[in-house]
Parts: sequence; C-alpha cells; structure tokens
Amino acid sequence: MLEHLELFFKSIFIDNMVFAVFLGMCSYLAVSKKVATAVGLGAAVIFVLGVTVPLNWLLDQYILQEGALVWLGPEYADYDLSFLSFIMFIATIATMVQLVEIVVEKFSPALYNSLGIFLPLIAVNCAILGGSLFMQAREIPSLALAFNYGISSGIGWFLAILAIAAIREKIRYSNVPAPLRGLGITFIITGLMGIGFQSFGGMLTGGDEGADSPVPETAVRDIEVKEESEVPASEAEAEKKKEEVVISYNDALNK
Amino acid sequence: MALLTKKDANLIIDPLADNNPITIQVLGICSALAITAELKASVVMAISVIFVMGVGNVVISLMRNIIPSKIRIIVQLVVIAALVIVVDQVLKAFAYELSKTLAVFVGLIITNCIIMGRFEAFALGNGPWRSFLDGIGNALGYGVILIIVGFFRELLGSGTLFGYPVLGDPITKTGLYSIGYENNGFMILPPAALIVVGILIWVQRSRNTALIEEN
Repeated sequence: MLEHLELFFKSIFIDNMVFAVFLGMCSYLAVSKKVATAVGLGAAVIFVLGVTVPLNWLLDQYILQEGALVWLGPEYADYDLSFLSFIMFIATIATMVQLVEIVVEKFSPALYNSLGIFLPLIAVNCAILGGSLFMQAREIPSLALAFNYGISSGIGWFLAILAIAAIREKIRYSNVPAPLRGLGITFIITGLMGIGFQSFGGMLTGGDEGADSPVPETAVRDIEVKEESEVPASEAEAEKKKEEVVISYNDALNK
Repeated sequence: MALLTKKDANLIIDPLADNNPITIQVLGICSALAITAELKASVVMAISVIFVMGVGNVVISLMRNIIPSKIRIIVQLVVIAALVIVVDQVLKAFAYELSKTLAVFVGLIITNCIIMGRFEAFALGNGPWRSFLDGIGNALGYGVILIIVGFFRELLGSGTLFGYPVLGDPITKTGLYSIGYENNGFMILPPAALIVVGILIWVQRSRNTALIEEN
C-alpha cells in the first residue's frame, strides 16, 4: 500500500510529466488557451495513460523483455526483443486511441462531443509514449503499480495544463511586452512553475524514509484535497483559486 | 545551388528563422527542452532528427497515394518508429554512454510533433524531392535552436563546451573563476531550458515584429 502511495505522489509532483521531464509540451502549449478545453484534454490524457501503460506493461513482461518468451516453451528463453519496444508501444497506443474513440462515440455521444477532437491528438502526445517508456526504463514491478503510474502521471499532466490555462486566461489582461506575448510568456511562466515544482524534489528522497516522509506527505495531501474539491466549482471561481493554489505551493514548502 | 531552384532553396531556408518549427510553429518542444543541458547531446539529437525527418518525409511522400486516409496516423507512426529503432540501435552500438544520457528521448523522437506535423502538412501533398528538402530544412531549424540552447546552458551551467572546460577550472580557481566567477547551477535544471527558449523567442520577435502574436 505504501509503495502505491509513494509512486502516486512521486509521479504527480516530483516527476511531473510537464515540469520535470517536459513531456506533452506541444499540446500543453497549443491547447492551454482556455480552461474548459484544457480540462477536456487533461481528462482524455489521464484516461488514455491509464489504459495504455498497463497494456504496454503486459507486452513488455510477456513478449519484449529478455527471456520473456519463456512461457512459450524453454527453447524461446534466449530471445530478447526489447529493440522492438518502440514500434510495439506506439502501435498499441495508436490502436487504443482509435478503439477508445470508436467505443466512446458509440456508447456516450456526450462524452465524445467533449473529448472527440482531442482523442486523435493524443496518439501523438509524447506524454503517452513517454509514460510507457519510463514505465519500462524504471522497471515497475507489478501490473497494479503500472496502472497507478499511468493514472498518476496523467493527473500530474492534468494539473499542469489546468494551472497554465488559468494563468493564461488571466494574463490576457496584463501588459506583457509585445514580443513576449503568447508563446514567449507561456514558456517563461512554465519555467517559473517548474522551479516551484523542483522544490518537491526533497519530499521522498530527503533524509530517513521513516522519520521524514510522513510529514511532507500529509502537507501534500492537504493541497491535493483542496484542489480536487475546487475542480467542480464554477469556472471563474476555479481559475481564481487555482492561482492561489499555485502560489501556496511555495508557501506550504517554506513553512 | 545549381541543383536547387529558388523555390526549393526557400524550403530549406525558411524554417531556419522566420518559420522555425520550435519558436514559430510550436512543434517538437518536448525533446528540445529535455536534452539540452549538454551541447553534445543536443548535437546528437539534432543529427538523429535530421536523419529521421529526411528519410521519413521521402518514404511518406512516396506512399502518399496509397495510404488510406483513415489509418494514415498509424502508418506514419510505424514508419517513424522503424526509423527511430535504426537510430537507437546505431547509437547503442557506437555511442553507448551518450545513448544512456538521451535515454527514452531517442524513443520520443517518434512522437516528436515536428515529424508528424511535417508529414501531415507537407509530405502528404508533395513529391519526394521537395519533401526531402522540407524535412531537412525543418530538422535543421530544430537543430539550430537545440544547439543554441545547449550552448548557453552548458556554458553558463557547467562552464564547459562539449565537456571541455572553457572558462577555467572551478576547483583550482583558474581562468574566470580566479576573479570570483561561479557556475550557475540553475542553468542545468530543467526549468532553465524553458526560460532560455522564452528569451530566444523574445529576441527573435523583437527583431522581426511581423511575428508578434495578438494577445
């Protein structure tokens, strides 16, 4: 249970997809002009990551790893197909995205209308392939942890795009130097947010695990609860609070 | 340039500055930021992307009339993935240390949106030669930004270029360090890449005001 909790917070805050490893930046920059669309894309990313990471974990365990084919018979024990992982992973992702699109269109037209345009975009979102590749590189040991990793990385990405969309909606009324408008200022704000997220780095690694970890974890949980409770709030309110939360990350850490 | 007509030459020159894939088209940001802490990694990444873009654009352009449009994304991804596997295996064979630094980011060339973007926007509608030039041009534009960012981050962050100390030795205090200069450790951290690219965009748009966005 503890390892699940640890992986969950680690993937959301410390190894945040956007701020620590820069995955999914293209759609992060392109679709973050409005909070509503950002929420749609973020939800779709959580969903697709939650499906594809466990699937690719199974592929990796039973087909691609060195000696993984041993279940076919002892004569297959020497095969190492790991060089094929890129093509297998991306094929899984592309197929899953198409499949999800068809299923959602059939059974829930309302959800399809809100997610629809984003789904094809997701196949080429590097956060999705990155999720699978990091899962492989970090040798995540079990299917349940792989599922956890997919979902929590998705949540981390969701938080990031929600925060930047809220800030961009506000910044429209600010007097930004003309050459920085649009793309430039978004880059710099993301950089500043990234510095904030860097401070989570000591959360799970610093000091003795037993003595230190409970305290920061509860602090994070408070922020987490706060954020989850405000997502359903009305849009204008949500974005206002969102900015406060972004500031309070640093406050919470300084205390 | 006898081989190239003026129109063809523009395919290569345009993406280097005024239609740069990173600063103007906003494509391929992820890898541009993640691996630019060292100049060497940036150069290798740029070369890998030039190879994948050049060859991939030609292959897609040759197949453009037989790909059913409904499954074109999967076909494109498979073509890119096959090329990236070649790059990855070559790196592992000839530059093993470097392939460890680049780690999953070689794999992420597959989802580099520059490649998909140029396939969709150019290779599907143009012949192989023009597609090849477009691919090389865009990959060069991407490479230029990568190398500029890598140059500043490595120089200011660790005082080296390609791993060679150029500002003196920080431990024995020679060169610049003898007068109190310190490396800026912040430049090696991931957020610095974003800020460096932000400043590049700023500089580029103040020089060419036609590129300024509406608020």
